[in-house]
Amino acid sequence: MTKLIIILLSAVFINNYVLSRFLGICPFLGVSKKLDSATGMSLAVIFVMLMATAVTYPIQFFLLDPNGLGYLQTIVFILVIAALVQLVEIVLKRYIPSLHKSLGVYLPLITTNCAVLGVTILNIDEGYTFIEAMVNSLGSGLGFFLAMVMFSGVRSTIEGSDVPESFKGLPITLVAAAITSLSFLGFGGVIENLFA
Amino acid sequence: MSTLKNFTKGIIKENPVLVLVLGTCPTLATSTSVLNALGMGAAATIVLLCSNIVISALRNVIPDKVRIPCYIVLIAGFVTMVQMLVKAFAPALDQSLGIYLPLIVVNCIILGRAEMFANKNKVFDSAIDALGMGAGFTLALFLMATIREIFGNGTFAGWEIPVLIDNHISILTMAPGGFFVFGLLIAAVNKLGKHKPKKKDFGCEGCPQAGACGKTSCDEKKEEVAEND
Repeated sequence: MTKLIIILLSAVFINNYVLSRFLGICPFLGVSKKLDSATGMSLAVIFVMLMATAVTYPIQFFLLDPNGLGYLQTIVFILVIAALVQLVEIVLKRYIPSLHKSLGVYLPLITTNCAVLGVTILNIDEGYTFIEAMVNSLGSGLGFFLAMVMFSGVRSTIEGSDVPESFKGLPITLVAAAITSLSFLGFGGVIENLFA
Repeated sequence: MSTLKNFTKGIIKENPVLVLVLGTCPTLATSTSVLNALGMGAAATIVLLCSNIVISALRNVIPDKVRIPCYIVLIAGFVTMVQMLVKAFAPALDQSLGIYLPLIVVNCIILGRAEMFANKNKVFDSAIDALGMGAGFTLALFLMATIREIFGNGTFAGWEIPVLIDNHISILTMAPGGFFVFGLLIAAVNKLGKHKPKKKDFGCEGCPQAGACGKTSCDEKKEEVAEND
């Protein structure tokens, strides 16, 4: 149990996907302008990360590894994620239209989000059990959510400030991201000591 | 467009990282040392070259509606090949690039060039375009890695630099430093660029799904979904 909590907390704070592993930077910079789109995007990411792990983990251990096809991992995972995202979109549209309305726009964009492919591959590389892998995916998704929501607040402050001409737009956003990332650096080592 | 112009546009005018702002994830993550950056640049260039050539050759065969999945499968195939080659011949590089090597699959530059260039142009032109873009990507990574390694670690490609080795700013090799140096570089490109610095932003132009989505912004797409319901 302690191990699960450590995995969850370190996925959220220490190895934050966006701010310390640099995965999913495109949506982080692209969709974080407004709070509601940032929330929608991150909820979709959490959802797809969990689904993708639940599907790819058994595929790796029951289909690829026993047949000596481990090297097909990248191709199989990206295809599974792409198909899964389409399927989820169709199912949501048919059965839960309200959820589709709020998440639907972001779903197709997630196919090529490196955070989702990243989490599925890392789960295998780290040698997690199925439960640990699911917890890690949940933590990674929550970490993404936290970073997105925090950063959309930071960006709304930048909007109204006077920025030097060459820094307008992306450069100042990146500098702000650096400072946000700096604040997450402070969590390093905290979690292990919490349970030691 | 002349062949030379086609090649050089990827390096300067349309540099994928510093001007088009694509492929940010590997740029930030693998630019901690010069050797990593060069390895990543080379791997991505090889994948880009192969995928551009094949996609361009198959541009009349692949049905328009399923082109994105086709491209992804082709790219994933080449990435797997590169991954196996690196594992076999440069295991140290494989260790240090880690997860970012398979993640070349979702590098926006590769899908973006397939969508923007290779499916409209001849094989030779696409190959030149891929080489130019690959060189631009590698150059940008090299530039960032040089700054981060010299000031952050006091070394250059492993060689120690006399004064800086004792006074290095180690934060530059960590995550925040990546964002910071990248921000400064883009600001410098804005300043040096002859054209007036246009407000650069992440939008659908840079998104590889733009072709499939067909909207100019995600907000616009959202409105459309809302109307349909």
